Amino acid sequence: MATEKRELTCINCPLGCQLTVTIVDGEVIEVSGNTCKRGEVYGKKEVTNPTRIVTTTVPVIGSDHERMVSVKTASDVPKGKMFDVVAALAEVTAQAPVAIGDVILANVADTGVDVIATKNA
Amino acid sequence: MTALLENRSVVIVGGGPAGLSAAIAAYEAGEHDVLILERDTQLGGILNQCIHNGFGLHTFKEELTGPEYAARYIARADELGIERRLGTMVMDISADRIVTAVSAERGITRIQASAVVLAMGCRERPRGALATPGYRPAGIYSAGTAQRLVNIEGELPGREVVILGSGDIGLIMARRMTFEGAHVACVAEVMPYSGGLKRNIVQCLDDFGIPLLLSHTVVDIEGRDRVEAVVIAEVDERMKPIPGTEVRYPCDTLLLSVGLLPENELSRAAGVELSPVTRGPVVNESLETSIPGVFACGNVLHVHDLVDYVSEEAAAAGACAAKYAQEAQAAEPAPRITINAKGGVRYTVPSSVSPDRMDDTLTVRFRVGNVYRDHYVSVYYGDERVQHRKKRVMAPGEMEQVTLKRADLLKRPDVSSITITLEEE
Repeated sequence: MATEKRELTCINCPLGCQLTVTIVDGEVIEVSGNTCKRGEVYGKKEVTNPTRIVTTTVPVIGSDHERMVSVKTASDVPKGKMFDVVAALAEVTAQAPVAIGDVILANVADTGVDVIATKNA
Repeated sequence: MTALLENRSVVIVGGGPAGLSAAIAAYEAGEHDVLILERDTQLGGILNQCIHNGFGLHTFKEELTGPEYAARYIARADELGIERRLGTMVMDISADRIVTAVSAERGITRIQASAVVLAMGCRERPRGALATPGYRPAGIYSAGTAQRLVNIEGELPGREVVILGSGDIGLIMARRMTFEGAHVACVAEVMPYSGGLKRNIVQCLDDFGIPLLLSHTVVDIEGRDRVEAVVIAEVDERMKPIPGTEVRYPCDTLLLSVGLLPENELSRAAGVELSPVTRGPVVNESLETSIPGVFACGNVLHVHDLVDYVSEEAAAAGACAAKYAQEAQAAEPAPRITINAKGGVRYTVPSSVSPDRMDDTLTVRFRVGNVYRDHYVSVYYGDERVQHRKKRVMAPGEMEQVTLKRADLLKRPDVSSITITLEEE
């Protein structure tokens, strides 16, 4: 039986509880250190399936007012894929006109998530 | 050289989140002669370079990036046809509300405003205010300047980075520079706690293994032409560097995220009374400054933690400015109750209230001076305690608020002062 303990800081409120998540054979059996339910939910998710929205910029060609257009993943991607997302966008250039919500790169890094524009350019 | 005088009802100085929200609220309050003056070539202010997400959770119940949040307000301003002059820098505001502005397109213009809303935002505290030793080499940037370079100009200011100060912009830039291929060695914070949001510490530092060194500061910057290294030392309780704790970090870039200061040059020149604590105007319940008809909101009034509160506050200021403009004369002086900040509460905005003029409820915002656990926020009307609410934690980085009710104040006509304070029990 493989037991692992992970230390985390809860991000749900300024309290910033120091959580200890106990994992046995890949399964969370206990979250301690939290003062509310949200801490438990966060602790579980962070050790089993941590996800993040990734935001960055890509150059835009042909815009009269922007050199760069800001973009984001349309939804969360696995935390471990953050650098893959950024790397996949390294050679991407947008063509003006760009509107907020336009897909800049579909299915980025095989995450099933699109990268969309967050700025008009 | 005197330019012709143009008459306008509500003139808003600044087209960032505060100015946009104030303009929309003034229009929606029935005053359609609203003019926004913005020095940048586009509306949205600093939100345009804040490309990270997390904006608008309170207002829109979703997490937007800065440009998306701004775009919602810009779209509403467009829909209402609110006039804006871009590339227009306000040079002067007089005590009788003559606004002098300059732009390449119009030259110098003078506008007689019935009401003025100050919405100029804030600036980053510069290196000069820090008394850090060393030469003046290239490679030292405020975090916001680096943010602009990366996100707007598409330039990376450096590859090996140390960040001094753990304000939110510094934390955000630690992640941003990392994504762009730079290495961030550490974030040094002179205080024993971070001024940034927990979420940012976890998602911008912990996620990337970037150490946050609390009670540490920069004691030397090496390099004459370009930064070559910075030396960081631990500090004692009195924030004095402890000899022998110095560590040298070779780097080409030092980012400073050491606080924000409301940008009140125009207010000061106009004769607006400023608070030594917030460095923003002293305002009453209408968010009106010491000059009748001149209102203030957003980060020029006091530095906010969340843009949602900027928008909310600015909407109140815009509505009050519209009312003032429509009444076309100053209201009769009304009895005013002072709001005192005590016991860990550093300041309140507003700092006075007139029960006759306030709405049914009034939001009073404040910040605390230290980290307080399990303390109560108490509100006293005179000597009578009327609110007593326990908070698990309060920190200087987060804004707090209480709500005052008009009915409560009308019931107590003899109250001449209100006190907001923190209590252990």
